[in-house]
Amino acid sequence: MRAVETRGLAHRFGDGEAARTVLHGLDLAVDAGEVVLLTGPSGSGKTTLLTLIGGLRAVQEGSCRVLGTELAGADEARRVALRRRIGFIFQHHNLLGFLTAEQNVAMALEITPVMPEPERLARARAMLAAVGIGEKAGAYPATLSGGQRQRVAIARALVHAPGLILADEPTAALDGRTGHETMTLLQRLAKEQGRTVFIVTHDPRIHDIADRIVAMEDGRIIDGTRA
Amino acid sequence: MSGAAPRAAAILPALLAARLAWRQLRHEPARLAAAVSGVVFACLLIFMQLGFLTALFDSAVTVQAALNADLFLLNRTTEALWRSAPFPRARLAQALALPEVERVIPLHVGNAVWRNPIDGQKRTLLLFGVDPSAGLLGFPGLAAAEMAELARGDVILFDERAKPQFGPVPALLAERGAVAAELGDRRVEVAGLFALGPTFGTEGHAVASEPTFWRILPNRGPGQVDVGAIRLRPGADAEAAARALRALLPADVMVLTKAGLIAFEKDYWANTAPIGFVFGLGVAIGMLVGCVIVYQILFSDIARHIGEYATLKAMGYANGYLVRVVMGEALILAVLGYIPGWLLGLGLYRVASARIFIPLTMDLDKSVLVFALIFVMCVVSGLVAIRKLRDADPADMF
Repeated sequence: MRAVETRGLAHRFGDGEAARTVLHGLDLAVDAGEVVLLTGPSGSGKTTLLTLIGGLRAVQEGSCRVLGTELAGADEARRVALRRRIGFIFQHHNLLGFLTAEQNVAMALEITPVMPEPERLARARAMLAAVGIGEKAGAYPATLSGGQRQRVAIARALVHAPGLILADEPTAALDGRTGHETMTLLQRLAKEQGRTVFIVTHDPRIHDIADRIVAMEDGRIIDGTRA
Repeated sequence: MSGAAPRAAAILPALLAARLAWRQLRHEPARLAAAVSGVVFACLLIFMQLGFLTALFDSAVTVQAALNADLFLLNRTTEALWRSAPFPRARLAQALALPEVERVIPLHVGNAVWRNPIDGQKRTLLLFGVDPSAGLLGFPGLAAAEMAELARGDVILFDERAKPQFGPVPALLAERGAVAAELGDRRVEVAGLFALGPTFGTEGHAVASEPTFWRILPNRGPGQVDVGAIRLRPGADAEAAARALRALLPADVMVLTKAGLIAFEKDYWANTAPIGFVFGLGVAIGMLVGCVIVYQILFSDIARHIGEYATLKAMGYANGYLVRVVMGEALILAVLGYIPGWLLGLGLYRVASARIFIPLTMDLDKSVLVFALIFVMCVVSGLVAIRKLRDADPADMF
């Protein structure tokens, strides 16, 4: 079972003369339960690949199958439905500033409103405890440290039991030690719960958490086997 | 899935979106206070303009509403009571030809200059001349015994709620029993009081017998009538009788039922006199100002939270959810602004009523109407502001 599978995936920005091809027919496969790091210099197209896999951009050319959903030709509703089955971790945590930590985590569960509120909050608190900041459940993001915020973001990305977790430079805003700690935590939780994780990073200090490292350059995969 | 689940699934997203809207607003109390005071301001503007507008209409027809008759004849060219054009008295005699007509009562209306008995200041009031025994005038506080006094000649009854500039007539009357005054260059005696109060057409009223009326306004005579009041026999259909009279009488008079007379007067103030238009415009401008304020608040709020909204989109929230959040904010602002707006409106009504001597009343109709207007205002602003949500692109989050 493959969590992600692309065939001949290509992407351009702009039209006509000004068009710039950022992805050149990528073939990539990520197995379910794998923790994969995508590395490469900036401008290599790795973030574009991440947004395509995450259903945040429409696929222009080639095939992109994520969690069994073909994204080539998929409309917005189909992509929104897929996004609900993915956990996103952003470079700058992107927590909602007007919500407490547990409310932020619960937002990932509110998308399917039928779950009773107490269960939602209980799950959010349990997830915050699992990332080691259970005592900060009622705190607003502005009062948390960078590492604590990223832990809340990890809790938010995991709480709804997503089939795939996508992270974009998750350690960019953290110091080396905190970055490594949070990524080790993410890797441990993913392995415990059997989640697939796909991380875009150029932080060499976190290479040790990966099952496999894929390297990109100029819109092409140059090495997809390194572990 | 249980039976309640689909229903819950329909209501819950709206509630959850509204809760997020509330949490977002609550997080910054200073901004919320500024936003709410904007809505309060719009609310007050609308309440005041609407208060004046309805006071205008209510005061404009207090006289008509108090006339005890079924049908009314007016000169075809009459636009409003305070500026009635007289028509020949013969029309009333002609109306008697209709079998349903029981009695006709002529009413004379004219503007007369009153001299303040204390300081001699001159002000114009609206004088009614009528047969005191006809029982046509049902003004509040008008006693039959006082009406009988009018038969003496050069005796009038005075509007105790007329503006204070007319002089302290009620106090003088209580002190001396009768007050000598001057109306239209004629010495008259004030023998009693009634209570109408100022309208937008006049600042006070007085009632006299027909002969006294003609003496006070010498250019008017017995051959002329301003309002021809007609009483029908019991059980007669007013509408049918009005139709029959229209066929019977020459085209120089119009025939109106009592409801028609009230509607006719209101129509003058709403459409012919600029006053109705001015206050109507005031209501519209109040709404427009409110729309601009609420739109500004919502637009800047979306702009400030665009990254958070894009994050929600990336997490799988549909655009419709964010629309509900913004509309939720709009409705919360409507409710939060309306409540203090209503209370302040009540206070301002009291102040304004005391200043202009025309009662501005806070009734259920007005309260509901203003809430509806504020609600519409916030919804429209919300609908315009949500276009800004398109800028929330989750692909920009990476």
